[in-house]
Amino acid sequence: MIGIFGVSLPGLFGQLLVGLINGSFYAILSLGLAVIFGLLNIINFAHGAQYMMGAFSAWIAMRFFGVNYWWALLLAPLVVGATGILIERGMLRRLARLDNLYGLLLTFGLALIFEGLFRYKYGISGESYPVPDLLAGGKNLGFMFLPIYRGWVVVASLVVCFATWFVIERTKLGSYLRAGTENPELLQAFGVNVPLIVNLTYGYGVALAAFAGVLAAPIFNVNPVMGSNLIITVFAVVVVGGMGSILGSIVTGIGLGLIEGIVKSGMIANLLGNIFDKVPVLGSLVYPVKLLFSPEASAVTIFVIMAIVLLVRPAGLFGRER
Amino acid sequence: MRIANGMNRLGWLLVIAAGLVAPFLVYPVFAMKVLCFALFACGFNLLLGYTGLLSFGHATFLGTAGYITGYTVKSLGFPPELGILLGTATATALGYLFGSLAIRRSGIYFAMITLALAQMVYFVALQMPFTGGEDGLQGVPRGVLFGLLDLQNPLFMYYLVLAIFLGGFWVVYRAVNSPFGQVLKAIRENEPRAISLGYDVARYKLMAFVLSAALAGLAGSTKCLVFQLSSLTDVHWFTSGEVVLMTLLGGMGNVFGPIVGAAMVVSLQNYGANIGEWVTVITGTFFVFCVLVFRRGVVGELAAFVKKK
Repeated sequence: MIGIFGVSLPGLFGQLLVGLINGSFYAILSLGLAVIFGLLNIINFAHGAQYMMGAFSAWIAMRFFGVNYWWALLLAPLVVGATGILIERGMLRRLARLDNLYGLLLTFGLALIFEGLFRYKYGISGESYPVPDLLAGGKNLGFMFLPIYRGWVVVASLVVCFATWFVIERTKLGSYLRAGTENPELLQAFGVNVPLIVNLTYGYGVALAAFAGVLAAPIFNVNPVMGSNLIITVFAVVVVGGMGSILGSIVTGIGLGLIEGIVKSGMIANLLGNIFDKVPVLGSLVYPVKLLFSPEASAVTIFVIMAIVLLVRPAGLFGRER
Repeated sequence: MRIANGMNRLGWLLVIAAGLVAPFLVYPVFAMKVLCFALFACGFNLLLGYTGLLSFGHATFLGTAGYITGYTVKSLGFPPELGILLGTATATALGYLFGSLAIRRSGIYFAMITLALAQMVYFVALQMPFTGGEDGLQGVPRGVLFGLLDLQNPLFMYYLVLAIFLGGFWVVYRAVNSPFGQVLKAIRENEPRAISLGYDVARYKLMAFVLSAALAGLAGSTKCLVFQLSSLTDVHWFTSGEVVLMTLLGGMGNVFGPIVGAAMVVSLQNYGANIGEWVTVITGTFFVFCVLVFRRGVVGELAAFVKKK
């Protein structure tokens, strides 16, 4: 069998695809966090819970109202985004003048409430959501087998990410958003309704999370805790990328997903082994590094990368020191 | 200042008196749990309340110390005092390592970094063989303290925990009311000014972080002996959130606040065991409530009320 560094090609491509899909979710979620952070100056801890709520709304809509996947993809972000708008109106707005740690604590509390309520209602075993007919099945690409739905997830998240980037960087509405990030008082003085923009921005960030949740529903098990572990990884992604740039968070998200996939395939551990195992002293010195990048350790890869980035470039790859 | 001193003396008196009689009024294991979490929260308050740094990964130090104590006492047969010492030392070293990384950023980035590092420890604890994975370390023997006191006796165990708590609390109290504590408060209020006054802010932050990690470790080691158990719950992010809530609810930036907060949260868990899944919801509601309308916490509000009188 053909392979590189002891990893078969289909195996490698399979892990790369998994990495690409995880990376798409990292990108879309860290993008939402960055958009919210830009205007509200808070970290939305409830982001993972809102992603979970997106997935659950799609499932509930299908189960009880017979709403199909495509409508769910449109409606779930609207519904969950609307709850976000209410949260901003009723709670986050009161904290605007306080230390931004309070925003983090408030959204953490909200995340616990949402997760707890769904756990009470649906347990933690989870529900499955079928792949829509149009995207069922797969395609043999010659070097690997590609389930069509997974390809769709990557394409759809990329489209949404770049559409967001386009709106923020290239349109008049986006220029308001960027101006609001730089100096909200001045923007208000020019007659722009800043509180409304802040309100809608939070709603949009939340809707992005819910959209990711609907995309994730047919791949992962829809369960109440699906968001909480994911969001912590996304925080690490945000620390690596820095929240200064929209494009930066997209690139970092996908890049880290891919690296995670490569580590999971075992290629890096094998590569390190091939190079250093025969060297007497160095081989044992490299051993801990090899262990750190072994397939079993792929759950911590992103956190290790975060630690390295903090040592080398504390502001993050695309961040500015403030 | 005189009022403050009088109130501090009263606070100490109340804490010691309550500590001494507690095992005769409530279930000793419950009282010990409160003391362990109170110590954990007091150390945490040093960081959040006095230095203005929100760590969202403090469960790491509690849990790791618990695992080390559990492993050395159960599998290696070490005496309890040595187990506690080793657990605390490990948490201190880990605190130095994570602290050096995390203080490179501030504000919400600091919170996210500590959370991410703690999640890493969680995954490691899940996979390492010596932690027992999902099962944890069960049936850790309490042992005989200094070869003299059999800790299987609930009262001996309780007063050991009380002594450890009072020792740890005294360290926090001294640290806060010392020039070192004043510098920490200066950093909290205005970091650029503290820098311009010539203080090595990074060093002070790191010292506060390590001290608070060490106290969290001491609490974790003690807790492991109390419950004879080290488990994944103690390194999970939910526990990190709980200690934030204890500090917030009791009153951050007030030495006595976290003790009250810890007692409240632990009571909720113990007496609310029959509400099951609602614990998460209620914990979350407390968070929202505290942040929106109760930012000074119980003791903070009380102190403000007395001052006004």
